[in-house]
Amino acid sequence: MANMIDDATIEYVGILAKLALSDEEKEQAKKDMGSMLDYIDKLGELDTSGVEPMSHVFPVQNVFREDVVTNKDDSENILANAPGSKDSMFKVPRTVE
Amino acid sequence: MAKQYETVIGLEVHVELATKTKIFCGCSTEFGGAPNTHTCPVCTGMPGSLPVLNKQVVEYALAVGLATNCTITQYCKFDRKNYFYPDNPQNYQISQLYLPICRDGYVEIDTPEGTKKVGIHEIHMEEDAGKLIHDEWEDCSLVDFNRSGVPLIEIVSEPDMRSADEVIAYLDKLRLIIQYLGASDCKLQEGSMRADVNLSVREAGCEKFGTRTEMKNLNSFRAIARAIEGERNRQIELLEAGKPVIQETRRWDDGKEYSYAMRSKEDAQDYRYFPDPDLAPVYISDEWLESVRSRQPELRTEKMKRYKEEYDIPDYDIEIITGTKHMADIFEATVALGSQPKKVSNWLMVETLRLLKEKELDPEDIRFSPGNLAKLIGLTEQRVINSTVAKEVFEEMFDRDIDPERYVEEKGLKTVNDEGALKKTVEEVIAVNPQSVEDYRNGKEKAIGFLVGQTMKAMKGKADPASVNKLLKELL
Repeated sequence: MANMIDDATIEYVGILAKLALSDEEKEQAKKDMGSMLDYIDKLGELDTSGVEPMSHVFPVQNVFREDVVTNKDDSENILANAPGSKDSMFKVPRTVE
Repeated sequence: MAKQYETVIGLEVHVELATKTKIFCGCSTEFGGAPNTHTCPVCTGMPGSLPVLNKQVVEYALAVGLATNCTITQYCKFDRKNYFYPDNPQNYQISQLYLPICRDGYVEIDTPEGTKKVGIHEIHMEEDAGKLIHDEWEDCSLVDFNRSGVPLIEIVSEPDMRSADEVIAYLDKLRLIIQYLGASDCKLQEGSMRADVNLSVREAGCEKFGTRTEMKNLNSFRAIARAIEGERNRQIELLEAGKPVIQETRRWDDGKEYSYAMRSKEDAQDYRYFPDPDLAPVYISDEWLESVRSRQPELRTEKMKRYKEEYDIPDYDIEIITGTKHMADIFEATVALGSQPKKVSNWLMVETLRLLKEKELDPEDIRFSPGNLAKLIGLTEQRVINSTVAKEVFEEMFDRDIDPERYVEEKGLKTVNDEGALKKTVEEVIAVNPQSVEDYRNGKEKAIGFLVGQTMKAMKGKADPASVNKLLKELL
C-alpha cells in the first residue's frame, strides 16, 4: 500500500463529513481509503501525454432549458420525502445554539 | 507619532438574477409564495433528479460580464462546492470554481481624487440556498426551499478599495449597470443584492497585505459603512496590542455595531470542489457572444451623455433621473408621448421625489404610468386645471395611477373659465372685504394677494389665479 492515510486525515475527513466514527470504524476507513487511492494510482502507469484534459465524460455541451415555468405547486409530494414536516416546511434538528 | 493605517477592501457581491425560473429546474422564482410551493425534486436535492441549465442565466451573466469589461470564458463549466447545512439539500452548492464565466474586468468609480478603476477578479454563476426558520417552541429548524436553486451571480472584486465611500460608490455602480441590463432589481434590503466585505489593514506604505476577515450580513449601505469602520478599528486595536488578526468569517450586528466570529474550528472550511458530472460544459461561441453584445441596452453613462445633448434639463436632474432605470424609463416614455422634457423632469424632481421621501419608497416603487403623467401635463398646459389642483391630482395618480382626465372630469376640478361666474365671485369677495379693498386702494399692493386667496377659496380652488388677479385689478 503506497498510500497511507494517517489518523489526522481520518479525523479531519470525519469532521468534514459530520461523522462521529468509532475507533474500529476509523481503522476500517483508513484501510478502505488507502486501497481506493492505490486503485486510482493505476492511472499513473498510463502514458497520457497526448490526451486532452477532459471536464466531462460525454462529448456534449450546451444542454439548456428555456426560461419558462413548467412546475406547479407540488409541495404535498415534495414534503412526503421530508424526515418530518411542520407548517409545510422540512423539519430538521435545530441548526444554531 | 501614531502609526498610519491603510484599509484594503475587496467585495464579494451576490446578485439574484431576474429570471422567471430557477437555474436548474422549471420552478418559479417568484417571491413570497407559501413555503415549498416553488419546489421540485431537483431544487430539493432528491436522489436521481438531474439539473438542466437555464439559458437565460448564461445570457444575464454574459451581459453583466460585458458591461463590466470582463474577458468571457468561452468554455466554462460548473463545479460542486461541498458542505453540510440543512438549507443546502444536495449537500453541495452548484457553483463555478475552475472556469468561471467572466474574468479580469473592471468598473470605474468617482472618488474625490478623480476616476478610479476597481478590478473585477471574476463573475461566476451559482444557485441560492433555501431559507431556515428557527422554531423556538419545538426547538427545531424549519426549511423552506422556495429560494433553493434561484440563480445568482457572484461578482468578486480585486482588493482595490480603500474606504467605505469607495465601497459604496462601487456597489452603486454595479447596481446601476445590472438594473439597466434588466438582469436584477438589486435591492439590498430585500436581499436581491448582497455584499460580503473582505477587509484587512496594513501600515501606510507597506506593500504586503495584512490578514483579512470576511464580514457577512450587511443589508444596507449604512450597515456596510459602519461595519467597515468597526472592523477597521478592531483590527488596528489588535495590531497595536501586538496581537494577530485571525483569518475568519465574521457576522456584523448593526444594532450592537460589532462583528462576531461566525464559525468554530469544528467547521473547517474545505469545500472539496470538483466538476459537476450532471451538467454538460457550456461553450459560448463568438456568434453567441456577439448576439448578446449587440442586444446590450444603453447604460447609464451613455444615457447621461445623450440626455445632456437631447434635452434641455439641468445636470442635477439628469443625475437623479438616470439614477434608477425605472425613473429614466418613465421620463423617456413620457417625453416620447409628446410632453416637454423640462415639464416631465419637474414632475419627477419635485412632486415625485417629495412623495417618495414622504412615503419612504424607492424610485423603483413608482407606479404611475407615463401615459397618465403625459395627460396631467397636458391638462396643466391647456390650463384645464391650475397648478394646485394638478398637485392634488398627481398625489392620487402617485398612489393609484388614476387617469387624470377622467378624475378631473368626475370630481369637477376643471378651472372655471366662465367669465360671468368668476366675475360674480370676485364682486362678492370685494363686497365682503372692504378693509383689504381700501388697503389696496391706499397703495398696499400686497392686499390683493389676500383677495386672490379669498376668491380661490370661494371657487373651491377651481380658478386660474392669474385670471383672478387680472380681474381683481380691473374691478378695483
